[in-house]
Amino acid sequence: MARMATTRRVVVSTIGAWFFGFLIFFPILWMVLASFKTELEAFAVPPSFLLFHWTTENYATVQERSDYFHHAMNSIIIAGGSTLIALLIAIPAAWSMAFSPTKRTKDILLWMLSTKMMPPVGVLVPIYLIYKSFGLLDSRIGLVFILCLGNLPIVIWMLFTYFKEIPRDILEAARMDGATIGRELVYVLTPMAIPGLASTLLLNLILAWNEAFWTLNLSTSNAAPLTTFIASYSSPEGLFWAKLSAASTLAIAPILVLGWFSQKQLVRGLTFGAVK
Amino acid sequence: MKHVLGAVCGASALLLAVPGMAETTLTIATVNNGDMIRMQGLTAEFTKKNPDIAVKWVTLEENVLRQRVTTDIATKGGQFDVLTIGTYEVPIWAKKGWLVPLANLGGDYDVADLLPKIKDAVSVDGKLYAAPFYGESSMVMYRTDLFEKAGLKMPEKPTWDFVVDAAKKLTDKSAGTYGICLRGKAGWGENMAFLSAMANSYGARWFDEKWQPQFNTPEWKTTLTTYVNLMKEAGPPGASSNGFNENLALFNAGKCAMWIDATVAASFVTNPKDSKVADKVGFALAPNTGLGKNANWLWAWNLAIPAGSKKTEAAEKFIAWATSKDYTKLVASKEGWANVPPGTRTSLYQNPDYLKVAPFAKLTLASIDAADPNKPTVKPVPYVGVQYAAIPEFQGIGTQVGQQFSAALAGSMTVDAALTAAQSATEREMKRAGYIK
Repeated sequence: MARMATTRRVVVSTIGAWFFGFLIFFPILWMVLASFKTELEAFAVPPSFLLFHWTTENYATVQERSDYFHHAMNSIIIAGGSTLIALLIAIPAAWSMAFSPTKRTKDILLWMLSTKMMPPVGVLVPIYLIYKSFGLLDSRIGLVFILCLGNLPIVIWMLFTYFKEIPRDILEAARMDGATIGRELVYVLTPMAIPGLASTLLLNLILAWNEAFWTLNLSTSNAAPLTTFIASYSSPEGLFWAKLSAASTLAIAPILVLGWFSQKQLVRGLTFGAVK
Repeated sequence: MKHVLGAVCGASALLLAVPGMAETTLTIATVNNGDMIRMQGLTAEFTKKNPDIAVKWVTLEENVLRQRVTTDIATKGGQFDVLTIGTYEVPIWAKKGWLVPLANLGGDYDVADLLPKIKDAVSVDGKLYAAPFYGESSMVMYRTDLFEKAGLKMPEKPTWDFVVDAAKKLTDKSAGTYGICLRGKAGWGENMAFLSAMANSYGARWFDEKWQPQFNTPEWKTTLTTYVNLMKEAGPPGASSNGFNENLALFNAGKCAMWIDATVAASFVTNPKDSKVADKVGFALAPNTGLGKNANWLWAWNLAIPAGSKKTEAAEKFIAWATSKDYTKLVASKEGWANVPPGTRTSLYQNPDYLKVAPFAKLTLASIDAADPNKPTVKPVPYVGVQYAAIPEFQGIGTQVGQQFSAALAGSMTVDAALTAAQSATEREMKRAGYIK
C-alpha cells in the first residue's frame, strides 16, 4: 500500500515537473516553430501548432540581409572577454574577502551590489561622453569593459558565497603541512571551488550574451553583437514575426547549446554548498 | 593558468583588430519597415554610381533607434551620418541646431514636387532639414464583402455616427468577426496617435493657446467615451494591447470589418501574399463629426544629417538618391509599382502606372491633403503637429496619457478617472517644463 502511494507520488510529481518544464520552455519552442512558418502563417488566428507548411525561407532571408557570423563573433568576443576579465578580478577579490574578512567586508560587498541598483540609463550620457573621448564607441574593447564592470558585483558575490562554504579547517590543515598561499590557492582552494567557478562563469557568460542595453547603445556596426541583430528585425510598421523569430532562434542557439552541454556543472555549481 | 592567460591574450588581440577604412563610409540608422528594407537591398545601385562611398546600415527597433540617435546627437558622438527620423523630431531637432539643413540636393531633385503638407512638416523657417522617404496619413480600411452582406454602404467621407453604427451591426462575436479594430496599446506613437487624431475631429485639442492641458473639456470626454464604448461593443478582445502590427494581423486574417490606421497599411492589406482578404478591401477618409476636421494624422519617415557627422557631402548625396524620383523608378523597375515608397511626391500620384496598381492612391493623397500640421484642430493651438505636439516633452507626456487611456479601454479605470489622471499628469509636466505656472 505504502509502495503504491509512493509510486503514485512519483508519477504525479514527474508529470508535474514535465508540465512546468514544458510551460517554461513553451515560449522558446513557439519562437522556433514560428521561424519555420511563412509570415502569413505566423500570425494565423487560430495559430497552427505543427501542421503548417514548414519552410527555411526565413533563415535564408535573414542570412542574406545581415551578416550573422559577424554579429555572432562579436557576441562571443564580448561575452567571453568580459567574463574572463571579470573572473580574473573577482577571484582574488572574493578570496580575500572570504578568507581574510575585515570589519568593512560586509559594507564593501553591499556597496558593490549597490551599483547594480541604479538603472543603467541613468549613467548613459556620462558613459557615452567618456567613450566618445576615448574613441571607444562601437568598439569591442569598450563593450568588454562595460559588461565586465556591470557584471563584476554579481561575480564577486557568487564567488564569495562559494568560497565561504569551503571549510576553513582544510586550509588550516594545508597550512600545517607547510603550504604557501599560492599553493593553497592552486592545489587546495581551486579544485574545491571548480563547480562554483564553472557556474559563475556560465551564468556571467549568459548575462553578458543577453545584455541588451549597453550593447545596443554603445555599438553601431563594427562591434554590434547578436542583440542588435535581433533588434534589427523588429518593425513598427510591418509584420515580420517569422523573420524576427528566425533571427532570435539564431541568436540564442549558441548559448542554448552551451547551456545544454554544461547543464551538469551549472546545476552542481548552483546547488554547491546546499548539501553537506 | 597558462591556458587562461593564453586565452586572455588571444581575446585581447582579437579585440584590438579593427577593420581598416579606405573610403568614405556612411553609417545610416534606420527602422525595419518594408520600404527601408527595400532601400537597403538597393544600396548596391547607389554605390555603383558613387564608388568612393560605402554604406553601413544600423537597423533598430523604433524606440531604441530614437533613444540611441538622441544620445548620439545630444553628445555630438558622430556615430551616424544619416538618420531616419519622424516628422515629430524634425522641427524640434532643427531648432536645437542638431540637424544640417539640406541645401545641396542637386538640380534635378525637384523640391517643388514634394507634397506640400509633407514638405511643411520637415521644414523650419523655409529651410528643408530632412528629406521625406515615405509619408502617410490615416484612413478607414473596410471589408467590402461584409458591408455588402450587411446592406451597408460606406460613404467616401464617413461620420463617426455612421462608423459606430456600422461597427455594431458588423460585429459577429460568435464567428470571430469584429466591427472595428483600433489601436489600444499605450504609447505616444501608438494609441495616442489615433486618439489625438480622433479628438481633433471631435473639436478637442491637447493644449489651449496658453499651453493649458485640455483633458477636462467635454470634447475629450466625448472622444474617449465614444472610443471606449465602441471598442467594448464592437472591438476584438484584448484590444488594449493592440498596436499597428497586431491590428494588421487581425485585419489580414479577416477578423476586422473596419480598421482605421496608417495609409501605408493599404498596400499590406491588398497584397495577396500577406492578406486573406486582399481583394475585399475598400477605403474611405477617416471619420469626422462635421466640425471640419477628419480623424486622420500626418506622418513621414525622413532622412536627415546629424550636426556631428563629418561626411555631410556624401550623406547628402545618399539622401538625394534615396528620396529622388529616380529612386521611385528604380524600385518600380525592380519590385513593381505597388512597392514604391508612397506619400512624398506629387508626381507619383499622377503616374498612371502607379494609379493602376494602387487602388488606395487617391484616398492616400486625399488623406494627406486633409491633415494640416500647422492648423491641426478646430480651435487654435500653440503647437505644430496633428497627432502630437512638436515639443520635446511630448514623448513623455503622450506615453503617460496613453497609459491612462489604455487602462480605460482595458476597463481597469473609468473614462472620467483616466481623463482626470491625464489632466493632472500633463499639468504637472508642463509646469515642470515651464510652459505654465
